[in-house]
Amino acid sequence: MAYVPLADQDQDMEMHHPHSWVEKYVWSQDHKVIAIQYGGLAVLTGIVGLVLSLLFRMQLGFPESVNFVDPNFYYQAVTMHGMIMVVYFLTALFLGGFGNYMVPLMLGARDMVFPFLNMMSVWTFLISVIILMASFFVGGGPTGAGWTLYPPQTAMAGTPGHDAGIILMLVSLIVFVVAFTMGGLNYVVTILQYRCRGMTLMRMPLTIWGIFVATVLGLFAFPALLVACIMMLFDALLGTSFFMPAVLEAGTPLDFEGGSPILFQHLFWFFGHPEVYIVALPAFGLVSDVLSVHARKNIFGYRMMVWAIIAIGGLSFIVWAHHMYVSGMNPYFGFFFATTTLIIAVPTALKVYNWLLTLWEGDIRLNAPMYFAIGFIFTFIHGGLTGLFLGNVVIDLPLSDTYFVVAHFHLVMGVSPILVLYAALYHWYPKISGRMYNETLAKVHFWLTFLGAYAIYLPMHYLGFLGVPRRYYALGNTDFIPLSAQDLNSSITIAALIVGASQILFFINIIGSLKWGKKADSNPWGAASLEWQTPDTPPVHGNWGENLPTVYRWAYDYSVPGAAEDFIPQNMPESDVTTAQYAKSSQGNDE
Amino acid sequence: MALAVVIFLLVVGSIIFHFASPWWFTDIATDWGSIDFTINITFWVTGFVFVACNVFLAYCIWKFRQRDGHKAVYEPENAGLEAKLSIFTTVGVVAMLAPGLFVWASFVTPPENALEYEVLGQQWQWQFRYPGADGILGTADTGFVSETNPFGINPEDPNGMDDVVVNDPNMHLAVNQPVKALLRSNDVLHNYTVPQFRVKMDLVPGLVSYLWFDPTQEGTYDIMCEELCGIGHFVMRGSVTVEPQADYDAWIAAQPTFADTQALAAPNVAAGQAQYAACAACHGQNGEGNPMLNAPKIAGQQAWYIERQLNHFKQGARGGEGDTNGAQMTAFANMLTTDEAVRNIAAYIATFPDTPAQTTIAGDIANGYDIYDRNCAACHLDNGAGIWYTDAPKLAGMSDWYFVTQISNFRAGIRGNHPADAYGEQMVQMATAMGDLEEINDVAAYINTLR
Repeated sequence: MAYVPLADQDQDMEMHHPHSWVEKYVWSQDHKVIAIQYGGLAVLTGIVGLVLSLLFRMQLGFPESVNFVDPNFYYQAVTMHGMIMVVYFLTALFLGGFGNYMVPLMLGARDMVFPFLNMMSVWTFLISVIILMASFFVGGGPTGAGWTLYPPQTAMAGTPGHDAGIILMLVSLIVFVVAFTMGGLNYVVTILQYRCRGMTLMRMPLTIWGIFVATVLGLFAFPALLVACIMMLFDALLGTSFFMPAVLEAGTPLDFEGGSPILFQHLFWFFGHPEVYIVALPAFGLVSDVLSVHARKNIFGYRMMVWAIIAIGGLSFIVWAHHMYVSGMNPYFGFFFATTTLIIAVPTALKVYNWLLTLWEGDIRLNAPMYFAIGFIFTFIHGGLTGLFLGNVVIDLPLSDTYFVVAHFHLVMGVSPILVLYAALYHWYPKISGRMYNETLAKVHFWLTFLGAYAIYLPMHYLGFLGVPRRYYALGNTDFIPLSAQDLNSSITIAALIVGASQILFFINIIGSLKWGKKADSNPWGAASLEWQTPDTPPVHGNWGENLPTVYRWAYDYSVPGAAEDFIPQNMPESDVTTAQYAKSSQGNDE
Repeated sequence: MALAVVIFLLVVGSIIFHFASPWWFTDIATDWGSIDFTINITFWVTGFVFVACNVFLAYCIWKFRQRDGHKAVYEPENAGLEAKLSIFTTVGVVAMLAPGLFVWASFVTPPENALEYEVLGQQWQWQFRYPGADGILGTADTGFVSETNPFGINPEDPNGMDDVVVNDPNMHLAVNQPVKALLRSNDVLHNYTVPQFRVKMDLVPGLVSYLWFDPTQEGTYDIMCEELCGIGHFVMRGSVTVEPQADYDAWIAAQPTFADTQALAAPNVAAGQAQYAACAACHGQNGEGNPMLNAPKIAGQQAWYIERQLNHFKQGARGGEGDTNGAQMTAFANMLTTDEAVRNIAAYIATFPDTPAQTTIAGDIANGYDIYDRNCAACHLDNGAGIWYTDAPKLAGMSDWYFVTQISNFRAGIRGNHPADAYGEQMVQMATAMGDLEEINDVAAYINTLR
């Protein structure tokens, strides 16, 4: 590969080290500080999303005794929960948080290529969150149009937050796309241009591959959301008719004509489906690395895993209309989109097989990160398989818009990525904080989260089989929904409350361990990838001290026959492999 | 170790839950058994993969857990195994997809003998139109929609005159007669779903979508809206009755055609005035109402609503058990023996001067505004005037004490649950969402400011 590493110009690089507390922690250009800012803000926003879900779950579980959720607030809470979790929590945390932290460290770079742009990205993200949260405080409240924001109802009376709320939502999304683009360009350029000597593309950890492809997807997908938002803003504010046909509002014709509500759906899902993989691919990457380290075994079929990530990323752009089988679009589209959708199952299944085969003949250390990673495999298998129901166009007819859909996508892109987030946060916590977390507390957190989540979502599929529609404030009187469905709803709500409350354990653990945690070794898990080989823990600004590392191998040399240790760091020269007594405390640059 | 056991138990537990679950597909009422067949294939394929992968996962965790002296095997990849797994997965995918596409091919091509009918969705109600003797539905457009032409049928189109219009959320179909439903919306997206029919499709303003099915089981089934359509989404309900051809023929013959609805003679106000004499004793000479006699103000109320309520009293949909005041109305409503008499009296009431009723309820107006603005205004409008389009009566300037008793009746199940009261359930659900009497009084107090 004709690749001249920028790293060779390292001596000429100027590091703008911070001079004050404010420069170090607020207006910081250090990718690690930005990562924590991004991640922290995403988590705070996610807590709002979580609390909203618990509120409307209480209405669904106990409609008789819950009085503080009226239909209006129910729809607002459902909408804001969905949008917050997908965009402001998961996307921001995986790419803004993990992307920022991992990319330079895993590639042996000192920082992102454009540190100032990186700082701009996180502050722009903050602005988008502020605009989003402001919609809770304006007249009419936040939009209740559903997180998919389907026109024409978004801006029509009869939908909560149809005046100010929807405008703020659209503006916030536009600002978010700006923030994402600044960060995303940075990740892509950094990954392509800033790898240290020896770090070929096919030596990169799968975390980087996941983040890289997800970012490329985002750079192609978010513009579709951007134009959809701008056009909808024009419809709402300037009276254009991009998405608005001739419609009646409370019996009175509105001044629109000829717009296409389905056009919006195409644009939304052209963004929305890749968005699923924008969340999933980084999760795939992170979990691959966690599994490999704790199984003391290389990730099985690395090349296949890389190509699967690329194939899934590519295919994700030609499956979007499987969200629209019953939208009223030309039904002949169903043939094409059902076929592409089920094809995507093949590379996805291969990834699952390879995770399983990574455990096969491993030496599995059942630490908390491994618990969460294995929990992920279980929920992802379940959520992936239910996707085969919905992707197959005729099965989508009875199941679409029922609780089956809700259960499916929560397992596959809610619970699964969040289990990976916890696996990753516990796994890298020692490197990020310099302390060990509390193992017992982390495992209790795992059991409550994993079993609780399954208790929520397994039964929810069966409400869907029965035909219970989603987005219903109350079930009301029907002949086909038995009273026992309400009992099921109550038990789901109880499980949700337990899962919600148990997340406090996580915060107690990571905050408490900052003070009381055991000091961490620089490489407590014996991991081979570069981020564990920094001279300082936590890594300081510039990451690598005097000299950048040089990479001699892939990131997965675990239990190599003949090696002195059961792992060989990426930056250890070949000559040291069999002889080096690789003391865990004295790692650093081996040049 | 515990993790391996738990994963294994979750697999076993999931299977047990699956077979023991009382929550399962409704009994199918159309000949879309091929959809259920595809679902079954998918269940077997995915079920096998679910069990195989997770049992293997549990086995690996148990077998290869860390032990002293144990070391992982170094095996970067195994191209042969990966190729085999790819082929195995592809076969499984094809087994699910191929039948699915065949069934879809039949879904997108309705049979020649399918009779067409139209489903019209609007916030938050269903209406239906059948093509009449000529077998052709007249053209329609939202621009033509009015109180007397809710379908927006083009009055210039001769094909539309004999269309049978069902301005009611309950429709009928003949058993074993394939039908193609043409779906249309007046406002936002809706979705026409009957769980027992297995098929569903969105209604999209600006275009006509479709689905088809062959109803094979007689019975009455719920129609649900399954595309979020605003605050009343969850109460947008209807029903479809599948019955023998003869019963269906009799039902459809009893429904008015579009021409019938347009040719309705103007109501006779003088006749209504004569009939009103019996009402005046309680409701007053000018319909101003009398709280002492539990008679609400009716002056200013919308004529369609007066008509509908009189019919409800006649049908026993109001004034039943628990509604003693309403029961008094039943005898008076029954004096109006014809639809024409009902229309005449409503027309006479519409001539009364509309002076706001005296206020009798006090409450927290700010809280009342909050509740009303968030939940009531979508149908009853910001100014409380109500409108036929959402089946919402006027509230502003009407008797506040009557508002409170009626909301309480809805909450208590005294009003709104009768099958003839097609939109009653909507108010039952909305009224149930309100907290307590204090909140109802707050809303009444706010409505008192809208005059």
